[in-house]
Amino acid sequence: MNPSAATRRPPLIRCREVRKSFNGVEVLRGVCLDVARGEVVCIIGPSGSGKSTLLRCINGLARIDGGSIHVDGLDVHDPATDRLALRRKVGMVFQQYNLFPHKTVLKNIMMAPLHVLREPRAEVEARARALIAKVRLQGKEDAYPGELSGGQQQRVAIARSLAMRPEVMLFDEVTAALDPETVSEVLVTIRELAAEGMTCVLVTHEMGFAREVADHVYFTDAGLIVEHAPAADFFNRPHDPRTQAFLAKVL
Amino acid sequence: MLSARAFVLPAALLPGTAAAADGAAPAWLLLWQWTPAIASGFLMNVLISVAAMLLASLLGLAVGLGQLSGLAPWRRACHFLTHFFRNAPWLVVLFYCMLLLPFQLRLFGVALPFPDWAKAILGIAIGAAANVSEIVRGAVQSIPPGQWESAESLGFSRRQTVWLIVLPQCLRRMLPSWMNLYALVVVSTPLCNIVGVHEVMSVAGELLANQDRHDLLLPVYGYLLLWFFAYCYPIARLTRLLERRPAPSLP
Repeated sequence: MNPSAATRRPPLIRCREVRKSFNGVEVLRGVCLDVARGEVVCIIGPSGSGKSTLLRCINGLARIDGGSIHVDGLDVHDPATDRLALRRKVGMVFQQYNLFPHKTVLKNIMMAPLHVLREPRAEVEARARALIAKVRLQGKEDAYPGELSGGQQQRVAIARSLAMRPEVMLFDEVTAALDPETVSEVLVTIRELAAEGMTCVLVTHEMGFAREVADHVYFTDAGLIVEHAPAADFFNRPHDPRTQAFLAKVL
Repeated sequence: MLSARAFVLPAALLPGTAAAADGAAPAWLLLWQWTPAIASGFLMNVLISVAAMLLASLLGLAVGLGQLSGLAPWRRACHFLTHFFRNAPWLVVLFYCMLLLPFQLRLFGVALPFPDWAKAILGIAIGAAANVSEIVRGAVQSIPPGQWESAESLGFSRRQTVWLIVLPQCLRRMLPSWMNLYALVVVSTPLCNIVGVHEVMSVAGELLANQDRHDLLLPVYGYLLLWFFAYCYPIARLTRLLERRPAPSLP
């Protein structure tokens, strides 16, 4: 994406001074982050630095204790905000896939549009089948999640989120639980999404992938954004010693 | 005297011996002749057990889900009800129902009879419902939190999540304990005899009262035990089978 084009419009996601504690331990200590429409943002950093918590705050799965988060103008943590309107805008894919094990692949993808959006069945089914083709799982429509590999399940989870036609997709370490040989098939799917202009926020440990697909990279440590920069700058010329130490370890 | 009777009774089990010697009908012949009456009495036990279990399942589902409600007063009330009646002897609850409930109900000016058998069903169902409530709570809590999270992120309401996603996965987990409980309900139905409901124990009592033969006590009540065994043991076997089968992620 062209960063200068992105900055002209208000950001799709705007986090300001976000604070969040669990049992008195502050895991987010004033995080600011902007994601422009169509941008791909990667959040990297050591485990326990608050990356996943930040994602969960962005779609309202976790409450924040201070600051503000806006998604396309909606104040995520204002109790008056329409939950459903928010969920429609933000899709989320989890590390553990969290597919519904009692439903087939097709039903997993159709459920939310049918029951949450109450869209006509024929339309939803057509969309679900198209999404199954998009994540290259034709022929698996009637399989149950337990019959699929981790990579296949994760692609179903991506399709399930896309079925709600979100404006931004959050990926929470989606390849961390996968066998190495299935990681690439999931990354291919995400790469295609990004290429189509889907706004994506990824928490990831795949540095090579982050470098290749991200427009902008944020580095978190101990609940703070230590450094953020366009991907090329971030990986080639990290400024902060903590970023340098982390990159030296993982690259 | 006592020891003499104890010696005679086992002999009465053998066809054509003991009491038959003094001209009375042998025990096996009477059991054969009484079988239709005993069967119809047993049918009442089965009907009571089925009705009580249905009622207990509905009540227990409501109270069990109540134990997980986000509404604190309702949650506490359901928790209290569950534990109060789980620790209440069924016979005491049965007496309460018999003695405290009216013989007819007035609904919108119409008098509906409230016969003893209906009170007995309610009396048994209350104790069973408290157990169903715990079965439901345990099963719902055994569903991984990721299922709730992914449902929430897709926009499902709490109610939709319970009915469409969580409970369908629970059914299988609940089945063995539920069947176990049903077998307990069946063997508890003779309690209804004490509060005046005409079931298999009453039938046996009446048949014996007409004979005034102590040598029949063991064969007749032994025969009843066999009826209960024949009805409940297959349920227990099936339960064991379901428990041993590893729970797959397929329905």
